[in-house]
Amino acid sequence: MIREAFGMIYAGEQIINLRELVELRAVGALPIGGRYRVIDFPLSNMVNTGIRNVAVITNRNYNSLMDHLGSGKSWDLSRKSDGLFILTPYANRDNPGISLGLIDALKGSMDYIRRAKQEYCILSGSYIIYNRVFDDMMRFHVENGADLTILYDRPSSENYDGERYNDVRLNMDNTGVVTNIEIHPGLSALDRISMDTYIIRKDILIYLVEESVAKGEHHFVEDLIRGNIGRLKVMGFEHTGYVGRMHSVAAYYKVNMDFLDTKLQKALFRGRNRIFTKVKDEVPAKYIGESRVRNSIVANGCIIEGEVENSILFRGVYVGKGANVRNSILLPGTEVNDNAELQYVVIDKNVSVRNRSRLIGNAEFPVVIRKGAMV
Amino acid sequence: MYRKKQVVAMLLAGGQGSRLGALTDQRAKPAVTYGGKYRIIDFPLSNCIHSGIDTVGVLTQYQPLELNTYIGTGSPWDLDSMSGGAFVLPPYVKGKSGKWYSGTANAIYQNMYFVEQFDPEILIVLSGDHIYKMNYNWLVQAHIEKKADATIAVIPVPIEEASRFGIMNTDKKMRVREFEEKPEKPKNNLASMGIYAFNWAKIKTYLTEDANDPASDNDFGKNIIPAMLAKGEKLYAYEFTGYWKDVGTIRSLWEANMELLRDFPPLNLYDDPWRIFSRNPNEPPHYVDSGAVIRNSIISEGCYIYGNVINSILSSGVTVERNAVVRDSIIMSETRVGEGSEVHMSIVDEEADVGKRAKIGECLDVNKKITVVGKRAVIRNGAVVSAGKQVDCGATVLKEGAASPAEAKRRKKDGDADGKARSAVKKPQTEKGPSRASRGAAKG
Repeated sequence: MIREAFGMIYAGEQIINLRELVELRAVGALPIGGRYRVIDFPLSNMVNTGIRNVAVITNRNYNSLMDHLGSGKSWDLSRKSDGLFILTPYANRDNPGISLGLIDALKGSMDYIRRAKQEYCILSGSYIIYNRVFDDMMRFHVENGADLTILYDRPSSENYDGERYNDVRLNMDNTGVVTNIEIHPGLSALDRISMDTYIIRKDILIYLVEESVAKGEHHFVEDLIRGNIGRLKVMGFEHTGYVGRMHSVAAYYKVNMDFLDTKLQKALFRGRNRIFTKVKDEVPAKYIGESRVRNSIVANGCIIEGEVENSILFRGVYVGKGANVRNSILLPGTEVNDNAELQYVVIDKNVSVRNRSRLIGNAEFPVVIRKGAMV
Repeated sequence: MYRKKQVVAMLLAGGQGSRLGALTDQRAKPAVTYGGKYRIIDFPLSNCIHSGIDTVGVLTQYQPLELNTYIGTGSPWDLDSMSGGAFVLPPYVKGKSGKWYSGTANAIYQNMYFVEQFDPEILIVLSGDHIYKMNYNWLVQAHIEKKADATIAVIPVPIEEASRFGIMNTDKKMRVREFEEKPEKPKNNLASMGIYAFNWAKIKTYLTEDANDPASDNDFGKNIIPAMLAKGEKLYAYEFTGYWKDVGTIRSLWEANMELLRDFPPLNLYDDPWRIFSRNPNEPPHYVDSGAVIRNSIISEGCYIYGNVINSILSSGVTVERNAVVRDSIIMSETRVGEGSEVHMSIVDEEADVGKRAKIGECLDVNKKITVVGKRAVIRNGAVVSAGKQVDCGATVLKEGAASPAEAKRRKKDGDADGKARSAVKKPQTEKGPSRASRGAAKG
């Protein structure tokens, strides 16, 4: 339990490769794993660590995110002292409203940061999923006298599907000090990839943000971290275990499909540290008549009369008679009517697929159907 | 001080449900699982909040731990409000007079001060034993319109079954003229649902009189209603025509669950404005393996299905291993059905562990006996639990089919539940008898 830390989650990332999926929502609000939203992971990680003061900084498209977070009750963050704070952008003397990068967002959140009673800040992005507590990382940070500690992993090349154009890679000396970082490197010899999760002392954070703002900088990694390597003690801390990054539709698709591996799924969701999410009161899933389901994840509220294979079905999905769903991800409220056929499709919320429709994509480029569409 | 309320509900949740055998050994009947997710008490609580009644006293007495934990602050039903909410009301010591609730009326009598705080006009009394969706406002409206002193919700039952119920004999205007408990020759087919609306001011005096009468059973049906009728009070029946199910026996519980498997179940749980709320476990969606076969079943979150599930209802966190068969059964949460095991026509309670190649129940026709496996029972590899048998909570069944000593004791003690089911149990034990190992396991 590290009660001396507060958490900040930056939910303002703009990841254009997620295409239609983020048109109407922040990345953090992206539904994942049949039940969760991406932000449940960083949020639950913090709560499982014992952090009771968490701010979520929003930027654009935060409607569905706010709807999901509510009072923070689902994460036990609806509290009298501290709890969940949602910091929406607003224009004031220091802040133009919409932020260009995390520096602007942190500057806009300065009031919250200054008032936080805890000494350390755990800062995280909202597009990355993993399950861990931060106690060991905090111990590492304090014992090594680091100014900034970056969480990273070293995915083996076969597990890593080449989203390296979006990576931040760390070069470290043998004492664990980061000597250089490569941003969106294309080809890189470095294998330590930042997980966009940091521990930093509150007063250092405030100082660095103010300094960056004074220099007219906007970006946390590109400007603040890179500008301070060598000047500050920036260290890396390795995470072992599953990491998923929502860099693109293909990555989103792959991470969802990874959950079909029950060993991995159990480790992520049924271990000691649970991932919490907002729960709706849905009826358990119902299998009717000649339904045939194989290697799939099915959430409550689903009614299945057709065939489903290698797929993820979120809450309240209907699969009609004779319909065939393969290798697809169906977000909440999807209706697949009789005899429709879907392969490699990501269907956003409340879409209705008509009788005998056929939609076929492939794993590298899944078909994405917009929220609320009729196809 | 609370704000004045027009209606306060009192929910009787102290029922033992003794005919549910092992299922209610460690929990009160309202805490029994239904439909792969719900507890019986979810229905009256959800009905209350949807009817706009936000003040509910929940009267508990028998095995309240699981029920109290389940209700908590009442937040799953939105009953954690500032001006009212869900209140768990167990019996408590009051000076020299502290005692158990001696009957339904006595439970309300002992909590008169609780109700008084809200100064209600109407008190509704509900039972936590039934599965139904009902807008209590209609009952309250009928009560107000008829300027009644008491209104009793009734449901029409087939006249040939009427002798199993408390029957209200009414006139054309639905005024109750006579109440007959389980009449041999029923004159009417309107059965009391155990749901009452009373004028609070009026019922107070009846409750007090009843409490001072040592001969009384302190029961609404047996004592209060007849007393009110005798004094010529205005009692009306309110006819309810929706789905209403008493799940008081193993068979009726099993049947009520199986009804949900129909293509169009008589009880619609997908009714959005009347969603049944419940305390939701934090579980991922369920996983269905490539080798799994699921036919006509209801499966909840956190389940892992590698085997066969046919005509069954699985609560959260159930694992059905490879080549296992679960047929016509209800499996409650966190239970494992091991590789190659078979479960037929059974109700397996929470956290039970069924080993490999075990056999529970028999694949017989629907009229045959239902097997029950209690909470945290352990069925060892290759063990057989014959049809209609009841395995106690925490008991261990070994391969020979030998019963644990606790179970043997229980059989002697009571022979009530599910008459037919018991007959199989009364068979003499095998020569071998329970081994030392099983004795230890049963105690642990």
